[in-house]
Amino acid sequence: MQIHTYDTVIVGAGGAGMRAAIEATKRSRTAVLTKLYPTRSHTGAAQGGMAAALANVEEDNWEWHTFDTVKGGDYLVDQDAAEILAKEAIDAVLDLEKMGLPFNRTPQGRIDQRRFGGHSRNHGEAPVRRSCYAADRTGHMILQTLYQNCVKEGVEFFNEFYVLDQLVTEDPETGLKRSAGVVAYDLATGEVHVFQAKAVVYASGGNGKFFKVTSNAHTLTGDGQASVFRRGLPLEDMEFFQFHPTGIWRMGILLTEGARGEGGILRNKDGERFMEKYAPVMKDLASRDVVSRAIYTEIREGRGCGPEGDHVYLDLTHLPPEQLDAKLPDITEFARTYLGIEPYTDPIPIQPTAHYAMGGIPTNVRGEVLADNTTVVPGLYAAGEVACVSVHGANRLGTNSLLDINVFGRRAGVAAAEYAATADHVELPADPAAFVLGEVERLRDSAGKERVAELRRELQETMDKNVMVFRTEQTLKEAVEKLAELRTRYRNVGIQDKGRRFNTDLLEAIELGNMLDLAEVMAISALARKESRGGHYREDYPNRDDVNFMRHTMAYREVGDDGSETVRLDYKPVVQTRYQPMERKY
Amino acid sequence: MATPVMDKAEAEAARPADSPYITATFRIRRFNPEAAAESYWEDFRVEIDPKERVLDALHKIKWDLDGTLTFRRSCAHGICGSDAMRINGRNRLACKTLIKDIAPEKPITVEPIKGLTVQKDLIVDMEPFFQAYRDVMPFLVTHGNEPTRERLQSAEDRERFDDTTKCILCAACTSSCPVFWNDGQYFGPAAIVNAHRFIFDSRDEAGEQRLEILNDKDGVWRCRTTFNCTDACPRGIEVTKAIQEVKRALITRRF
Repeated sequence: MQIHTYDTVIVGAGGAGMRAAIEATKRSRTAVLTKLYPTRSHTGAAQGGMAAALANVEEDNWEWHTFDTVKGGDYLVDQDAAEILAKEAIDAVLDLEKMGLPFNRTPQGRIDQRRFGGHSRNHGEAPVRRSCYAADRTGHMILQTLYQNCVKEGVEFFNEFYVLDQLVTEDPETGLKRSAGVVAYDLATGEVHVFQAKAVVYASGGNGKFFKVTSNAHTLTGDGQASVFRRGLPLEDMEFFQFHPTGIWRMGILLTEGARGEGGILRNKDGERFMEKYAPVMKDLASRDVVSRAIYTEIREGRGCGPEGDHVYLDLTHLPPEQLDAKLPDITEFARTYLGIEPYTDPIPIQPTAHYAMGGIPTNVRGEVLADNTTVVPGLYAAGEVACVSVHGANRLGTNSLLDINVFGRRAGVAAAEYAATADHVELPADPAAFVLGEVERLRDSAGKERVAELRRELQETMDKNVMVFRTEQTLKEAVEKLAELRTRYRNVGIQDKGRRFNTDLLEAIELGNMLDLAEVMAISALARKESRGGHYREDYPNRDDVNFMRHTMAYREVGDDGSETVRLDYKPVVQTRYQPMERKY
Repeated sequence: MATPVMDKAEAEAARPADSPYITATFRIRRFNPEAAAESYWEDFRVEIDPKERVLDALHKIKWDLDGTLTFRRSCAHGICGSDAMRINGRNRLACKTLIKDIAPEKPITVEPIKGLTVQKDLIVDMEPFFQAYRDVMPFLVTHGNEPTRERLQSAEDRERFDDTTKCILCAACTSSCPVFWNDGQYFGPAAIVNAHRFIFDSRDEAGEQRLEILNDKDGVWRCRTTFNCTDACPRGIEVTKAIQEVKRALITRRF
């Protein structure tokens, strides 16, 4: 076991992690620990753009953007955070341009902008061009640009170092928790490394892989959320998960909302533009939760396409081929590669795909992680999809995630490094690697008969069946019961690879454990929220209930004296500043 | 080696006539220095829909047959660049290669990409590849005061380097290059592509420095224009053309 000492340790090298690293490296001795090589992160899969009220192509301002974000999140958004997001968006885009990001340009040479779901002029009057983009590979360009700038700044990376544990110490008198560092597993060698750090920033991404049909990478298994949760820190709003309307049928691969921003239309088996019924003003560009429910309503009412009636079409055939080539080259290629379909002439079969976790590790607007509704954990930060600030509330608007990682990644990097400049290292707990060494050895040496792949399949099937776009008390109870069974069986999991070198069999077993923990939190949080709001839709409680549920869910892991684990729910008030909740119409 | 799968004839007999599934043989180059010093071929037979990806087949093998099979992957749709490998003798991304397109009636060979040290099965040491990338100054360099708003760039100037911005650093091009196989010191196509992306960016002011780096004995002149890189690129980048443009810029000093 090796022990390293840094001022700042950043966990994850996607957009949020590298944006934080650029700031933290300038101000403190920083290490970035990443499960993947930096340019492999799923930020690169984001396509459509990054929202900012630059007003380069039409009138726009940050207040309209704030309103759209709050409304899009079905009023569960913390409005002070949304205001920061929308205000700082402008500099965040300009900073990326100065770092070299090749945005598409207007005829005047300015950053071009296009329409995106839920982004409107003057509080919902009509769609507005707010998304700054680089063809349909904006996330790819952000990831590359940030990595390029990490190279420029000499950021120190530990590639293929998988963080498995958050070290937390607790003051025996006050009960105050502090971060002491993290424990990581070096995938290449199988060695365990302890990183003592004054500040730790989690930027390790989402947890969508516990769904079967998902746009998420295989590696998005909620590792950061699980590490923190296991140490008694809360997770916020985990029941809110976004289902993106346009995933490639059965595969879940994302087809950007930018396709509808460019004029693409959703059609049912009769060729009807069905979104006109559900969202008369914004139509195909209503917010994602609204469009995903509309698609499934069409399918349930027998207007789905194909022999099994289980999908609808994204129709781009009326758009000029030149426009598709220039603005949507990647997604049209996906249709050709994976479906053998020519989008110039044929509509693309799509279905909603599990896409984005609105919930996560609760933070304030400085990226500081919360131990409860108000108390900060000194030295612990989070940003990006792993975190919940909450700027996305119950439903994130498209293009606000690439924005979130830049605004709050930067904020967390600055805050962590500034904290590290004044704080001392917290003494490591005795035997800091004990938990990780124990888990690694238990899994590697287990003679258990349960297989990782089988448990994961059952997990994904349960989540797709019971915790997806439509939920009821019954489906959620079924999920909770099944997850308890899977968690019990997980204790008896065995792997075939007993080696130390690049043991991805072991890695997948650990990832599965994380997913099972988080899936349970999601199902239990969803069961308790007896209302419908944003991405959380309860058929048995179809209306939003502001009296009882205008509040964030805070889930805690409790361990009983007999070692039994339960999830305890608490609630946190929503920060409301300018906007009173209204009925959400598009 | 024994492969723990259903007998082929048995599997085919059990399959209904309208099943889309076929039985395909994957012949995979295995190497685990913890167990043996030498690499070897191992055959796996899998029941699979030919419209699925090679990556799906590798997952079936790892998840259902042999958990020790080791490879990198993440996004599974050709954007993260993790799973470049040599499939039927050609560099491809496993997640962008459909089984039906690579003659599944014959054994499909899967090997690690060449020219980089194999660490285990299909995993190679990417460090020399990334070092070459870092050596070409792959970042925008500008001098003087920054504007308050964005730098202006015409749509035409932006288009000039569009092709080389698509690179996902998967190493399919570099590890398909015969010059790179013979001499690991050569920067390789991917590094040159990423230098091109900045040399031809109208906002950048370090083109001369990058050209000098690539004028080195291990630089752009080593390219023998075999077009392997262009054929290998899963993003459709015209790699050889980009290298030629850099060579031309070195001669004319115009870019």
